[in-house]
Amino acid sequence: MEQQNITAAERIKSFAYLLVFSLAVWLALTSSVEIQEVGVGIAISVVVALWLSRYYFRLGLPPFSAKRVLFLFIYLVVLGAEILKANFDVAYRVIHPKMPINPGIVVIKTGLKSDIAKMALANSITLTPGTFTLDIIGDNLLIHWINVKAEEVEGATEAIGERFEKYLKVIFE
Amino acid sequence: MLIAGAIITSTGTIFLFLGSLGIFRFPDVYNRLQAGTKCTTLGAFLTIIGVGIMQPDWFLKALLIALFILLTNPISSHALGRAACKTDVPLCEQTVTDKSQEFEDCRRQAQ
Amino acid sequence: MSGLEVLTQIVFPVVIGAGILLCLLRMLGGPTTVDRAVAVDTTTTVTVALLVLLGFVFQRYVYLDVALVYAVLTFIGAVAIARYLEGGL
Repeated sequence: MEQQNITAAERIKSFAYLLVFSLAVWLALTSSVEIQEVGVGIAISVVVALWLSRYYFRLGLPPFSAKRVLFLFIYLVVLGAEILKANFDVAYRVIHPKMPINPGIVVIKTGLKSDIAKMALANSITLTPGTFTLDIIGDNLLIHWINVKAEEVEGATEAIGERFEKYLKVIFE
Repeated sequence: MLIAGAIITSTGTIFLFLGSLGIFRFPDVYNRLQAGTKCTTLGAFLTIIGVGIMQPDWFLKALLIALFILLTNPISSHALGRAACKTDVPLCEQTVTDKSQEFEDCRRQAQ
Repeated sequence: MSGLEVLTQIVFPVVIGAGILLCLLRMLGGPTTVDRAVAVDTTTTVTVALLVLLGFVFQRYVYLDVALVYAVLTFIGAVAIARYLEGGL
């Protein structure tokens, strides 16, 4: 296993993030503020945070900044709108008696570098109208497209990937 | 409150049904995955959030379940799609283009 | 029973149940193994939503816990099935 050298300050910071996150999840799960339940929750959160704090930096999450939070918010709004559009699109294709599908498998390129940004891009592509990520190698993504508009790499990249990449680039890099 | 929750839940219910109908009707695995992922993700999300609104005491836990589904459903579908791709499941007749050969070249170059 | 109660207690579960039935038909008839796996994956997601809805219908809070655990387990199950089909468990 590859051991990364992390400083004590980073370790404490990741410990604090994980502690707050797991305690929030615990409180949402139990939905009670009795002293016993909260006590057990704090104990378990400390154990989980101690255990996972050394792996936290492997995720490659960027440092926190106001600009990133703003872009994350805009990105979530754009993603929500796209998900709604995707559902009406699929619903139309399912209900239509002749099923107007025009499917195909295309390759697109991405300019994102970090793994977590690529994962976010692939999941966003899966949830948006008519596209589905099948596989990913390096900066190539294999996409199944239910209504093919452009067969070549450049056209497909412009039609599928661009609208999320500009946000994800700011959020994760 | 009850009526708003019921409206959201009914939207989710309709999407869930349409997703299942898509699974039943579409001609090949990849198209089925498209319907099965998009419609059931939003459908389950809306149904669960709607129940949380109808029963405000349950809202936090319902939100947790809904967020979990929203995050994990694309991942499990992607894993199944990758398996379909690797085991060479045939494409349907309407398919217009198949570039997976080019992608295999990328894989060989990467190795 | 008022109209709203009929809607939430009878119509919604029946519609979702019909969806599950369609998925089960695809599971029985799917030409390839991956088809069946996709049908199972969809069925489980629909079932989680149905469990939460039934918890509301019967006013049992514990159904939410069942739904949460079911969602976690079926996610792991779907990924495991996919890895097995790829040939690299």
